[in-house]
Amino acid sequence: MTEFTPIASTVGGVLIGLSAVLLMAWEGRIAGISGIAARLLPPYLDGAFRSRLGFVIGLVAGPLAYAAVSGTDVVQTVSSNLPLMALAGLLVGFGSVYGNGCTSGHGVCGLSRLSLRSLVATLTFMATAFATVFAVRHVLGV
Amino acid sequence: MSFAVNLALGLLFGIGLVVSGMSDPAKVLNFLDLPGTWDPSLAFVMGGAVVTAFLGYRLVLRQPKPLASASFHVPTNTSIDSKLLVGAAIFGIGWGLGGFCPGPALTAVSMGAVGTYAFVPMMFLGMWLARMMAARRVAASA
Repeated sequence: MTEFTPIASTVGGVLIGLSAVLLMAWEGRIAGISGIAARLLPPYLDGAFRSRLGFVIGLVAGPLAYAAVSGTDVVQTVSSNLPLMALAGLLVGFGSVYGNGCTSGHGVCGLSRLSLRSLVATLTFMATAFATVFAVRHVLGV
Repeated sequence: MSFAVNLALGLLFGIGLVVSGMSDPAKVLNFLDLPGTWDPSLAFVMGGAVVTAFLGYRLVLRQPKPLASASFHVPTNTSIDSKLLVGAAIFGIGWGLGGFCPGPALTAVSMGAVGTYAFVPMMFLGMWLARMMAARRVAASA
């Protein structure tokens, strides 16, 4: 069980949305994390590598900054089934880049631009994610 | 300058993920477990982020250009093709297996859970493979 946190989750969502808006205002780009992360790898097709590196370093430092400012520990429960996590990582990395977006690029940025393409992508990955959790927890019973 | 601004925006995004609870795979997997231990919090994350970005983008995209770039780079691809659907479907399966999408996986790098270090390198491998395959498709169709 995890606690239902509607207020904290809405506030966190607003911060995510604010970051996306400010990135558009500054760089003129979508805050799609899969696209930003994937372009840290070669080939480098534009001059935005340093910007992307800065964004990712900020992202990684986020929990440390939160813990330092709030004085509370960041709760995170990650599976220690390493083959499962390796497979999950491969699928997330491949799928999000092959489909041109993840929860942030298609989900947050695409939906807020009223993109039909992003809506279809979001409904698709939500559907397979729900189906996967159902299969793992209720069919396989893991 | 752009590096520092992007670092600050990445930090804001990462703090948003932590505050919202989305950086915790247990919370994500419970959101995806409708018939089990359902935690609806993530709907509030998406709601807060999409409403903020929807309003903010309307203000920002009314400007002639972004602050640090010559023009806005808003996605122009509107096609709903097999590449979009296959990519999104594969991404969703990985998301449902590990509870990480790319943003939360990157914030987790500073948190020390062993599963994260199986997930993230494989995520980058998957991203690289998808970019290679996409480049090959473009070359083949040219």
